[in-house]
Amino acid sequence: MKTSLTVLAIALASFGSLMTGVALAQSRDQLQIVGSSTVFPFATSVAERFGQTTGFPTPIIESTGSGGGLKLFCAGVGTNTPDIANASRRIKNSEIETCIANGVTPVQVRIGFDGIVLANSKSGPEFNLSREQIFSALARNIIVEGKPVANPYRQWSEIDPSLPDVAIEVLGPPPTSGTRDAFVELVMHEACQDGIEENKCGDIREDGVYVDAGENDNLIVQKLAANSSAIGIFGFSFLDQNADTLHGAIVDDVKPEFENIAAGTYPIARSLYFYIKKEHVGVIPGIVEYALTFTSEGAAGEDGYLGEKGLIPLSDEDRQTVIADINNLTPVQKY
Amino acid sequence: MTDFSNQPESANTIHTGVAARRRLKARYRSEWIFKTLSFSAIGVSIAFLLFLFTTIFVQGWPAFTYNFVQLPLELNETTIGNQNGISPESIHNADYDAIVRTAIRAQFPQVSGRSAKRALSGLVSPGAPVLLREALIEDPEQLNGQKPLSLPLSDFADLYLKGQISHSEYRTGTAPVNIEASSGNFQISGTALLSALKNFTNPALQGAQQENSAFNAGIALDRDMPSILFYANGGVLKLETLGPGFASARALLPLTLTKNPEVVDWQIRLIEVPEANRNFSDQEIVWTDALVERQLVQSQFNTLFFTKGASREPEMAGILGAVVGTALTLIVTLSLSFPLGVAAAVYLEEFAPRNRWTALVEVNINNLAAVPSIVFGLLGLAVFLTFFGMPRSAPLVGGMVLALMTLPTIIIASRAALRAVPPSIREAALGIGASKMQVVLHHVLPLAMPGILTGTIIGMAQALGETAPLLMIGMVAFVVDIPGGFTDPATVLPVQIFMWADFPEPAFQQRTSAAIMVLLAFLVAMNALAVVLRKQFERRW
Repeated sequence: MKTSLTVLAIALASFGSLMTGVALAQSRDQLQIVGSSTVFPFATSVAERFGQTTGFPTPIIESTGSGGGLKLFCAGVGTNTPDIANASRRIKNSEIETCIANGVTPVQVRIGFDGIVLANSKSGPEFNLSREQIFSALARNIIVEGKPVANPYRQWSEIDPSLPDVAIEVLGPPPTSGTRDAFVELVMHEACQDGIEENKCGDIREDGVYVDAGENDNLIVQKLAANSSAIGIFGFSFLDQNADTLHGAIVDDVKPEFENIAAGTYPIARSLYFYIKKEHVGVIPGIVEYALTFTSEGAAGEDGYLGEKGLIPLSDEDRQTVIADINNLTPVQKY
Repeated sequence: MTDFSNQPESANTIHTGVAARRRLKARYRSEWIFKTLSFSAIGVSIAFLLFLFTTIFVQGWPAFTYNFVQLPLELNETTIGNQNGISPESIHNADYDAIVRTAIRAQFPQVSGRSAKRALSGLVSPGAPVLLREALIEDPEQLNGQKPLSLPLSDFADLYLKGQISHSEYRTGTAPVNIEASSGNFQISGTALLSALKNFTNPALQGAQQENSAFNAGIALDRDMPSILFYANGGVLKLETLGPGFASARALLPLTLTKNPEVVDWQIRLIEVPEANRNFSDQEIVWTDALVERQLVQSQFNTLFFTKGASREPEMAGILGAVVGTALTLIVTLSLSFPLGVAAAVYLEEFAPRNRWTALVEVNINNLAAVPSIVFGLLGLAVFLTFFGMPRSAPLVGGMVLALMTLPTIIIASRAALRAVPPSIREAALGIGASKMQVVLHHVLPLAMPGILTGTIIGMAQALGETAPLLMIGMVAFVVDIPGGFTDPATVLPVQIFMWADFPEPAFQQRTSAAIMVLLAFLVAMNALAVVLRKQFERRW
């Protein structure tokens, strides 16, 4: 017993040191994808089918948020950096500069639209909001009698008597999220009141009315089910999948429905993207094939399976332009 | 006690006086309160634990079975073979999507229209063609069709069959009604229908239940109303409007009409959740029911859950990838942290001189035990990935990071176990001429082993439940392929649970709870192993 124990200890120790000393082969044959949590459900669907239907291994996808993903993506070239970054907003000029400085050339692929919805529990009141009303409810400072003051509103009915008499309580994404960036751009900046400085328009109040609910959209959905007066802000796909418990608020007289987002009449919709690292094409197998699978008729087309997951497809014409860009590996331009 | 109180002469002594008895009573009372509090503490913990387990069990249990459909599949030269007949190559490349699509459409040949056909094909899981291909590649014998192949239904069809979409109520007709076809629609007339409708106590149908007013005024049963289905002559009609003296309906499943419009044998069904509020339409419900009626649907043990890796389709999602990833990670963790931890503890306890340096090391080990685990993840990212260039998402790196995290726990527990070995054992061994190393290896370490193992298992259990440090090194990822080695991309059980909890499809909620049950089983197995090993090594002195 005693000797066997000693042998065991020594064996484990040597195995341990062997493990650390393992020569780390640096070839990688599966794609590594990082980025937005909004694109994640779509990217994983495509990746799975890509692995099933082609000879390539299934890509590995991490949900890091758009900003975090692009940071990893732009960090450099080499097998220990990701090949593709998903983003729920366009790449920023500053990010393109970082990329180029590190020798990375991003190729932009637009995959479709996503509507950002404001939804609450079916047991709560139905909301019919304008973007101005949403701004009044969520901005840190609003204009009262010509002067900016800290947002005083606590009830929806204080903003407009036609709105329900319930407390303003909004659960939404944190500042690192692409959904938040898009929401701020499409609602807070669009509906910004005169008299508030341009760069202060996007400030969301921090007095407990707007609650950062983290990157987990499902958690928001569950919290909404428990609290009938709270409103959640998240991607359309989550409303689509949870239509049994939630209803979406009408914004500027347009219902948050598939057709309206696709037609461009629903005001809070943004494009979704992913970025390919041009330098990795030909080094890591399958990058272009993955991008083409993603933008194929069967996936991101009008009746593609991504539609069932809640992605609003591009028009066929736009999709063909995107496919041409993939084939030519056109680098993304600053704007 | 009663004896004393009956004796007046001792009533004034310090132990038996009135004050003394009051004191005694107070002491008993506080003791009773203390005991009750401790007892209720246990009670509350058990109640919470029971509540937790029941919730997880009730939610997760349905995930262990799944509804499969056995469709007659056309597997022949034309569908599977190419110009050279059936070969392994042609089995690889056949269009299985089309085979499955044709098979389900053959069940309902009357279905026309693009969206209706799509909905019908959607009844079978999108993973079914993949499974069919795998099954045929593995065993081409199945081509002869002797053994029917089971293919998974879609996640919503499965939820429906498990009764999780909506509750339904049935009423059987007591008297005949008339059915007439009129320009694609059907008219149902007869007072028996009204009296059957009145039978339902659904609040949304209150209007229909008030006397005859509903039939007279007419109400539209739109998507926001509970659905009413009418079963007769082997078909199903969906009631669309209730008019004066009749109801108009649309066929979901064709019914045979004879010359005589009178139907004696009929049934109506109320689906309580309105169609707008569920992801499974009346049409899909009727199709699924028809498949069940044709005895094509079977509820089986969900082997997919235990043999597949992650997937975006709930029915195709399995736990095996995460279980293998966890096992690989824990092997690395154990093989690094156990020898290092025990060796460090032995040196510090048995050999090291007591001085300022060892005191400093000791304080730092205790501090390390309290460092938040995410910090170890950052360390892993900076050192293992960036500096040493190790692969992202690999169990090797995950194991190394978790080993760093568990080391202090193991060292502290091992030192306590070594200290608990009586000095007499050491002195006796030294007394008969054993060397210091012999004392440690032959006597002290075996006696301390039960304690060391307990500490190790606690450390490993901690590592088993950790996600935060793995986030930084890329193990919080969607990995479909089951890892085959220490450097393959992998994920672990808690990460899988976290990701499933985040997916929007409702069927993933069941999978989440089922995965928690697997994680608990993993934990119980590890603890059981610890108990067995401890019994094996236990010595008394």
